[in-house]
Amino acid sequence: MAPFVPDIIGNELNLIVALLIGIAFGFILEQAGFSSSKKLVGLFYGYDFTVLRVFFTAGVTAMLGIITLSYFRLLDINLIYINPTYIWSAVIGGFIMGLGFVLGGYCPGTSFCGAAIGKIDGMIFIGGGFLGVLLFSEGYPLFENLFKAGFWGSPRIFETIGVSQSLFAFLLTTIAVLAFIITTKIENKVNKRHFSEFQPACIYAGLVILAVIIGLSAFMMPDRQTEILKNSSDVEMLNSFKPAEMSIDEFAFRIIDNDKRLQIFDFRNTEAFAEMSFPNSMNFTFENLFGKDTKRLLTLKKSISVFVADDEETEKRAAYIASGLGYDNILILQGGLSKFKQEIINFSTLQEINSRRDADIYRFREKASKIIPEILLANKNKGVKQKKESKRVLGGC
Amino acid sequence: MNSIKYMNPYLAGFLLGLLLLITIFITGRGLGASGAIKSTVIAVVHSIAPGHTSNTHYYQEYYQEHNENPLKSWLVFEVAGVIIGAFISGLISNRLKLKLEYSSKSSARIRIITALLGGALFGFGAQLGRGCTSGAALSGMGVLSTGGIITMLAIFGGAYAFAYFFRKLWI
Repeated sequence: MAPFVPDIIGNELNLIVALLIGIAFGFILEQAGFSSSKKLVGLFYGYDFTVLRVFFTAGVTAMLGIITLSYFRLLDINLIYINPTYIWSAVIGGFIMGLGFVLGGYCPGTSFCGAAIGKIDGMIFIGGGFLGVLLFSEGYPLFENLFKAGFWGSPRIFETIGVSQSLFAFLLTTIAVLAFIITTKIENKVNKRHFSEFQPACIYAGLVILAVIIGLSAFMMPDRQTEILKNSSDVEMLNSFKPAEMSIDEFAFRIIDNDKRLQIFDFRNTEAFAEMSFPNSMNFTFENLFGKDTKRLLTLKKSISVFVADDEETEKRAAYIASGLGYDNILILQGGLSKFKQEIINFSTLQEINSRRDADIYRFREKASKIIPEILLANKNKGVKQKKESKRVLGGC
Repeated sequence: MNSIKYMNPYLAGFLLGLLLLITIFITGRGLGASGAIKSTVIAVVHSIAPGHTSNTHYYQEYYQEHNENPLKSWLVFEVAGVIIGAFISGLISNRLKLKLEYSSKSSARIRIITALLGGALFGFGAQLGRGCTSGAALSGMGVLSTGGIITMLAIFGGAYAFAYFFRKLWI
């Protein structure tokens, strides 16, 4: 599961990747005509909407790609950099940049392109950029309050507005297509052209149809995480779902035996987990199951994954989510930890001993009830191990 | 020999979007530009006055996040690539030419002043807004970040709001 940085691609290699991506970035921008300030500001005077076309097409392409990749769980959206929202600095900083755009005719990325092909104004713009950054850094105490005001975290736009991701993606794509049509008309009017630049050559018509299909399919796709989570709280669905179980005796035996293959996924809250946890166990939430780390853990060969929680229903729900995500080979603890505590840890006596098997169980549980609390205590004294969690990539300008 | 026509904007946009997608897929972060200017400023200030960077709050916050040499940063390498890539593109499309571009109604002097001022405003605004057209607006739109999209609207909205007053510079 992507992203590959930092697990697969290390920091040094990442810099080479940066250089290669930059070459492609510069090449595309220059080919699109972004090395000319006159072409760039055409957007604001209506004579050339190239910027809008390139920018909107790129944004929509990337957005649909990200939604599709994360839907098929090829990309973990929780690990990619989402620009944080500081409402005031975003608005005021954006306005200042807008002023800089109409005055200077470039933005930083395009000024590098312009400078690279010999535009002197591009080079001067970069020089100005250095001065601007220096001014901000030196005067930072003056701007710090504004810089940090109105922090909203790193929400995504559809969450802020309160619509589903698919609906937002569909609307944005539609707005983009409408903007392309309208701006072409404006452009023809401003430039006093009477023909349409919108020549529906087969290849473009094909691309438009493809885009519409992709747009519609994005709208149809329910968010998989939301859907699975919703289904998992459906009582009937859970009743008909029969995950494989591990008996409390087998569970106790494997713990006493210090079985390295046993992986325990503990779905209790963090307080309960800190109070009492088994060796080789990890504190998990339902949301964690969707992450990149989970995939690695749950697809480990030869390991036995057991989901535990206080009650069997929570375990079942977690197992349901996992099976929805395509992970099988998951066991749940029969009866949940409440049964385990009652019948193993706080073992007193069996109801009745009728057979030799009952007698064996009696002896085992009696022994286990002495050993397991010691193991738990030792594990507690060792300190709760922090689950290794992949961190979000640090990005941004 | 005339320069070769620009690429179809929709094709260029599609390729740019694909590049942004690949970038996010591989590295988990989007494209950027102004961050490279910031890293360079910090590196330069640090080499001229190392005591100063360790006293000034903004530089300290930068060093808290990045513990390596500021020039050894992702965006500095990416922007070095941008310059190479744009140069190659200009070379094959026959657009390499030392030139100061300005409207016939404007003058070279005015163009130099506005380019410098515009660059300074953009540099300043990109620090305040945590990213420029690439890092905040384009990449932010790709990942549907609220902050990125607000910055994008503010950049283009601001540009339209001020465009009328500076129309003599361009048309």
